[in-house]
Amino acid sequence: MILLDALDLVRPALGLLFWTTLIFLLLWVLLGKFAFRPIANALRDREKGIDDALRSAEDARKEIANLKADNDKILAEAREERARIIKESEQMGQKIIEEAKEKAKEEARKVRENATADISNQKLAAIMQVKNMIGGSTVELAEKVLRRELSDAKSQEAFVEQEMQRIKLT
Amino acid sequence: MQPKTKHSVVTRNWLYNCTKTITLFVFALMMSTTMICAQDHKGHNHDNHAGHDHSGHGHDHSGHGHDHSGHSHGGHAKDSHAAAKKAGGHAGHDHGSHGHDDHGHGDHDPNKNFNVNEMIMHHIMDSHEFHIAGDFSIPLPVILYVPGEGLKTFLSSKFEHGHKEVDGFAMHHGKVVSTKGYESADLLNLIGGSDKKLYYDFSITKNVFTMMLGALIMFIIFMLVAGAYKRRVGQAPKGLQSVMEPLFVFIQDEVAKPNIPHKWQKYLPFLMTLFFFILICNLLGLIPFFPGSGNVSGNIAFTFVLALIASLVVNFSANKHFWAHTLWMPGVPTAIKPVLGIIEFIGVIIIKPASLMIRLFANISGGHIIILSLVSLIFIFGKMGQSIPGVAVGSIVSTVFVLFMNCIELFVAFLQAFIFTVLTALYIGQAVEEPEHH
Repeated sequence: MILLDALDLVRPALGLLFWTTLIFLLLWVLLGKFAFRPIANALRDREKGIDDALRSAEDARKEIANLKADNDKILAEAREERARIIKESEQMGQKIIEEAKEKAKEEARKVRENATADISNQKLAAIMQVKNMIGGSTVELAEKVLRRELSDAKSQEAFVEQEMQRIKLT
Repeated sequence: MQPKTKHSVVTRNWLYNCTKTITLFVFALMMSTTMICAQDHKGHNHDNHAGHDHSGHGHDHSGHGHDHSGHSHGGHAKDSHAAAKKAGGHAGHDHGSHGHDDHGHGDHDPNKNFNVNEMIMHHIMDSHEFHIAGDFSIPLPVILYVPGEGLKTFLSSKFEHGHKEVDGFAMHHGKVVSTKGYESADLLNLIGGSDKKLYYDFSITKNVFTMMLGALIMFIIFMLVAGAYKRRVGQAPKGLQSVMEPLFVFIQDEVAKPNIPHKWQKYLPFLMTLFFFILICNLLGLIPFFPGSGNVSGNIAFTFVLALIASLVVNFSANKHFWAHTLWMPGVPTAIKPVLGIIEFIGVIIIKPASLMIRLFANISGGHIIILSLVSLIFIFGKMGQSIPGVAVGSIVSTVFVLFMNCIELFVAFLQAFIFTVLTALYIGQAVEEPEHH
């Protein structure tokens, strides 16, 4: 009987063949359609979603890095600009001061020159006036002296003295 | 003498235990051989003793004495149908029927000696009732088709555990047999033919029941998981979903994609069904009580169908390139080509699916045999309940080894499901491979 059993062990029974085929095919069709395919698709979609999310996160990170770099660049440029402007204005100021100084000096020089010229003109005019006056007075004195026939030298000298006293240099 | 033989069988089982994964099929063959030899041996003993037994029945009290002494000799259970018949024949009495009766009761006789072989075979084989404990069994539907007599459907409880005959059929060791000498149709006599009249047994047996249960569990699990994926689009898996996802992704990424590079999506449902169906049947078989314990994936019919379907899928998806390579191998001398073609053809058509079939069958059956053998240690050490210290030692030893074996079997359950699937995927991959451009 055990011999028969051992043989039975490797005898595929019809009922089991039938049921196994039926159950397996049913599972294959039903689970394939309603479970395995949807699960595989869901997994694929999720994987794709995660991939996309990671990629976009990476992109965003890069973008932020770029933005920061840009900002830094702009900031540096601004700083440079500021430094340059300051430097330029300093130079400009210096220059303006220099120019002003220069101008002032020039002005002063001109004023001085004008003044000098004025002075010398005035001086010349004065001298001319003095000359003219002295000339006139001298002529007048000489006339007076000539008119009075001065007897002695003493009275002549006193007269000149007296006349000299009269001449007022106005 | 008799117990010694049994003891050596079990010791041998235990020794094989260590190298199990490598020598499983050899082991299964050796187990059957040992059982057959042991049975032969026993049969002879029965020839001698059974004669006494039967004559004893005739002589009332003295007969009982004989009977009992027979028991105390130990080890020769009056279990064997063939042996009993043989004995009847030898003794020359018309006690053949007695033999039958003895046998019928034998199953439930508490005094009867424990027979390891019978117990193991009983658990390995399919049955028309689901044995729970002691005398209690769950009846299962019997569906028989007898040509000329029509369809017969009834619950197996109608047989009253082999005591009653129903409509030309009786239950014998949990199996339905014809009392009219008809033969149950199976693959061998359907193909090979039989001189007896065949009847077709489509009963929901223990294995069919377990398989249906497994399929139902699998269906529920995956419908829930698929629902979870639909509900929680783009979210992390949760609960049952996160239990199944690693397995699913493993089969998808490690089995389907590498073996079938381009067309894996087409074969994914098939490979998934294959893997999870085998796995759940393997795991159900490891549960030692109802609704488990059915040796579904260790049944040759089950593995036959799976291997056949796998083979059909492979052969129907095979492209021209594959067949050209198989039948007319390029790069070898023309004289060898036809020979090689035949060998390759046989390999593709028969050997590959047969190896799939036998591997799963032998591994799972072998595992069941080992665990049951180890459980039997309790009875053998305890000399069938006569030695209490023996029972204690046997229990401890048996528990340790069975625990160990169950861990291995748990691994084997996954491993064999995986191997079956990965080899199927490999064969499909070979069959659909596009020609390389050199």
